[in-house]
Amino acid sequence: MLNIDMRILMDTNLMHLSLTRLGYELIENYNDFSDVAIIGVQPRGAIFAKKLHQKIEEITDCKIRFGKIDPTFHRDDFRRGDDILKANSTEIDFYVENLKIIMVDDVLFTGRTIRAAMDALMSFGRPEKVELLTLIDRRFNRELPIQADYLGLSVDTIEQVKVKVEWEGEGDGAVDRVWILKEMEK
Amino acid sequence: MSQLSTKHLLGIKDLKADDLRLILSTAQKFKEIINRPIKKVPTLRDITVANLFFENSTRTRVSFELAQKRLSADVVNFSASASSVKKGETLLDTVNNILAMKVDMVVMRHPSPGAPHFLAKHINANIINAGDGTHEHPTQALLDAFSIEERIGNLEGKKVLIVGDIMHSRVALSNIFCLKKLGAEVKLCGPPTLIPKDIESLGISVELNIQKALQWCDVANVLRIQLERQQTKYFPSLREYANFYGVNMERLNKLEKEILILHPGPINRGVEITSDVADSSQSIILDQVENGVAIRMAVLFLLANRTID
Repeated sequence: MLNIDMRILMDTNLMHLSLTRLGYELIENYNDFSDVAIIGVQPRGAIFAKKLHQKIEEITDCKIRFGKIDPTFHRDDFRRGDDILKANSTEIDFYVENLKIIMVDDVLFTGRTIRAAMDALMSFGRPEKVELLTLIDRRFNRELPIQADYLGLSVDTIEQVKVKVEWEGEGDGAVDRVWILKEMEK
Repeated sequence: MSQLSTKHLLGIKDLKADDLRLILSTAQKFKEIINRPIKKVPTLRDITVANLFFENSTRTRVSFELAQKRLSADVVNFSASASSVKKGETLLDTVNNILAMKVDMVVMRHPSPGAPHFLAKHINANIINAGDGTHEHPTQALLDAFSIEERIGNLEGKKVLIVGDIMHSRVALSNIFCLKKLGAEVKLCGPPTLIPKDIESLGISVELNIQKALQWCDVANVLRIQLERQQTKYFPSLREYANFYGVNMERLNKLEKEILILHPGPINRGVEITSDVADSSQSIILDQVENGVAIRMAVLFLLANRTID
């Protein structure tokens, strides 16, 4: 019999604070965003990226390029293991050539998704620079040498634990918060 | 749903509506990819595909090969005219010999209906039917559905006319299954000699008057007259066929609406369709060719997503 132990890692307040702080960090670095694009990693990172994008546009009153990238076809676990890969849409309607790209995901875990997303991004040209922003960093579970440049919260977790980011409007009673889930044997 | 209910794509008849929807939505992602500056993804890099063409083809063969290359698969091509088939080797032996070289997927076109079904029973690889005689041509039906929906939205409730040589057309049969499963209404038009008896039992209707049929439909899929498959005379002459069943501008101008024109190619200009129609803005013949690559990428990806047990 499995029992799921759930704890809140980040409540709505803290999440909004982090979102605002990350927004200001980017503004500090990029000023008017004229040669910058924010690109969310599908599926979950794109939701977070959209919120961050809105936040920065609100604060700066600048128009900033926004896109979504799907790493599915570049993943390294196709036909390995039991998971069936499902593709999401990629929406990038600008040239990434010579742009500074801020790639956004919700949780940085093994680093494999980001590796695939970066490969996918290179199919659109040669960006001047790519930086990574994530809400949560599970820093002891990395399998590739990938680190975030901007970070909401860093957590130390064992591999069996799951981190779930929930967004308002995703279902009944969903609000912006982050859960940590652990399956326990009764 | 994120995986197909089948290991092989033998015909549309065996697929569920959910399978068709999954293929169409996945093809949309691939269409975006083939319009990128770099049109290639590494997804099938550890997969080898054999293209076995026991019958002539340019479009389908190039389209499959391009789809495989865009997905980074290794490709081996085989055509019957330049092979041991000429020396009397059986189909099963030919394919088993190719599979012994570790091939994961087989795309096959064969003049005998049911040839891919036979292979699927006997060999351990994903089989994709690229046309089997007068039976089915599933990827063509899928790309037709995709191209129609891209222009006029969901097929549910739409009226699609198939004109021409229904009897010898695998495109017609696959299209009928595909369109019906996606909720469209289907009507056939052509010389009575080229419309199979009891075809209405598939839930479709027949109209022998081309003008009435065109007036009824939202989309007309015009088929090629397949002289190479016709052993007897089914109509007096090509000119007579063009007069009675050809789709021309005069007929289209008489309609009170603008309909979409499809043709699976190769076109016999001036026979089943006139040049001004084929090259008009109503015609989506070249969209069909472009979408064919996306559809075939989707089929290859989704079948590879399931490993053979």
